[in-house]
Amino acid sequence: MNFNYTLWILAVPFLMFILLGLAGHKLKPGLSGLLGTGGLAVITVLSYITAYLYFFRTGATEGVYTKISAFNYTWLQLTDKLHIDIGVLLDPISVMMLVVITTVSLMVHIYSLGYMKGERGFERFFAFLSLFSFSMLGLVVATNIFQMYIFWELVGISSYILIGFYYEKPSAVRASKKAFIVTRFADLGFLIGILILSFNTRTFDFITLTDPAGPAITQTGGAAFLGLSVITWSMILVYMGGVGKSAMFPFHIWLPDAMEGPTPVSALIHAATMVVAGVYLVARMFPIYFFAAPAALEVVAYIGAFSSLFAAVIACTQTDIKRVLAYSTMSQIGYMMLALGVSGYGGHDGLGFMASMFHLSTHAMFKALLFLCAGAIIHAVHSNFMTDMGGLRRYLPVTHLTFLIACLTIAGIPPMSGFFSKDEILVAAFHHSWFLFGVEYAVAGLTAFYMFRLYFSIFWGNETHYHHTPHEAPATMTIPLIILAAGSAFAGFIPFSRLITSDGVPFETEIEWAVAIPSVLIGLAGIAVAFLMYSRRSGIPDRLAAKFKYAYKWSYNKFYIDEIYLFITRGIIFRYISQPVAWFDRHIVDGTMNSIAAVTQYISFRIRRFQSGQLQKYAFVFVSGAVLLIVLLVYLWNQ
Amino acid sequence: MNTGIPLQYFLILAAIMFFVGIYGFLTRRNLITILMSVELILNSVNINFLAFNRYLFPHKMEGLFFSLFVIGVAAAEAAVAIAIIINIYRRFATINVEDVNEMKY
Repeated sequence: MNFNYTLWILAVPFLMFILLGLAGHKLKPGLSGLLGTGGLAVITVLSYITAYLYFFRTGATEGVYTKISAFNYTWLQLTDKLHIDIGVLLDPISVMMLVVITTVSLMVHIYSLGYMKGERGFERFFAFLSLFSFSMLGLVVATNIFQMYIFWELVGISSYILIGFYYEKPSAVRASKKAFIVTRFADLGFLIGILILSFNTRTFDFITLTDPAGPAITQTGGAAFLGLSVITWSMILVYMGGVGKSAMFPFHIWLPDAMEGPTPVSALIHAATMVVAGVYLVARMFPIYFFAAPAALEVVAYIGAFSSLFAAVIACTQTDIKRVLAYSTMSQIGYMMLALGVSGYGGHDGLGFMASMFHLSTHAMFKALLFLCAGAIIHAVHSNFMTDMGGLRRYLPVTHLTFLIACLTIAGIPPMSGFFSKDEILVAAFHHSWFLFGVEYAVAGLTAFYMFRLYFSIFWGNETHYHHTPHEAPATMTIPLIILAAGSAFAGFIPFSRLITSDGVPFETEIEWAVAIPSVLIGLAGIAVAFLMYSRRSGIPDRLAAKFKYAYKWSYNKFYIDEIYLFITRGIIFRYISQPVAWFDRHIVDGTMNSIAAVTQYISFRIRRFQSGQLQKYAFVFVSGAVLLIVLLVYLWNQ
Repeated sequence: MNTGIPLQYFLILAAIMFFVGIYGFLTRRNLITILMSVELILNSVNINFLAFNRYLFPHKMEGLFFSLFVIGVAAAEAAVAIAIIINIYRRFATINVEDVNEMKY
């Protein structure tokens, strides 16, 4: 089977970006939106065809899914050994990501047709959405780690551009800069990690790198540093890039601020696709983590677990609905990281790996759905704050229903897809460590609580007075909601373990009721508590907040992480490093140059009077010179 | 052949005319006067040509033709110069060279 055509999956959005970016302002806004959406629809179809062919026709040889290098092109031949390739790699996780990304992206495109209607820069928006789709797809099909890094940065820049879409709003500009700088800082670790890793393994190529029997894993022992091998250090550094992009603690600070972007962007980039790039990165490198750097894998697990708990606690007190969803995203990605961290390799041991990918795809569905619903709500109420909402279920029936489905999904109530994927993660954690299981179990309860806090405050509660009656969004916005809701509800029945496994060998899973029943119970408990506190406007939340004043304040202020960063950057780095350097630059380096320039200028000001522009003065000098020469000549002649 | 006027007289006249022209060229501020000074310089040179031709090489014609040529060029130059002066006048409403200094520095 020839998978050459998969190149078009990358080419179409890129061409669309060029077209809309260069000629978009000449087209009618509606046409450019339709073009962008149409291009994406084409690659969605291609992705589904690829998935069908890969999973059910040609991907498996003797029941094992192999990695297929569908296309490879040597892009930069630096030396014989060192070359950077660009290509398309198909394996279970990249094919799955193709399907997830194109599906969510298509829904967001359709939704944006309605949501962004009449906005200035409509075609610019679609151009950048195409750029983002191109970069994200390039990232997942990367054949080598360097290609991944290139597209990784492209994704970062498109996220930066789209967060700052409303570039006239200072807060949006600040948020985009923050996102870019924080993730870029984390990517520095990624780059160093890549360099160390490839220096030791002599290859960039994923197929060689991740072959458990290959030279990269078996033949790299060697130097150690601070008690850990060099490979472990490089994998921790690579993970640092993933931490930045996936908004894990301590690089999570950009994600809540990124909600300044348009809501469809939040749904696509900051919930469903780009932020899971870190998870995908770890999954892609998983054999190296497992065989060559188990300590790094422990780091992955603990950072994931901590982030998920940390974010869930913060989400309980935020009032901006998009920020609640942002923290919830962070928490759910923590789940995925944890699942990878506790996973084994091969067969049923690789349950965590499978669960992580499973949760990644269900999360993409329900989180995109939640964000798109939030967009519809904000569209109707013109406010981001849940304190301005209440009793909306009467005005927004479709949004209400789809939001409820998404909330049930994320809370892990059967038979929604979230139940299955979260259950697998909990089982994987259960078999690995009691402590991590306990943390995730608590987070499951918190998740149900804060999601239903959101749900009850928005759709139930006491009806607030609205300036004008909220109305349901147009069909372009509600249809994606319905499709995504169907996806969230039924995606759980996809037999993931038969398709996507750590070593490509399918296995069977069944629900472990000993884990599933308590997790459903704690989810229900969270919902019940939220119902008691928020279904009617009661005094309970305020009383609790007053009683646990400090806990509430710390959570409300996000544990002051932003302030700590500000203190470190502004109070220490800026004051004691940057300012002296700036002084030196300004006064010594610039001073030298400036004084040279000043002297030159002074002299030229003095002598420019000679150039009076008056021909007669020139002529006078000329004649005097000529006379002088003649006199001199005559004098010399006579000698 | 010899009229009795010595060659030096012609040369002295030409030198006086030449320096009168130079003086006028350097000191006058009126473009027309400057042009007239240039004509004076050219004519002094013509006198020199003719005088040398007549006194030193009476059987040759080069000096004569050269001066005719200078007269022709001077006529053309005057036409061009006057055209320029008229345009300057239209543009600046003056023909004083000190006021026409847009290209200065």
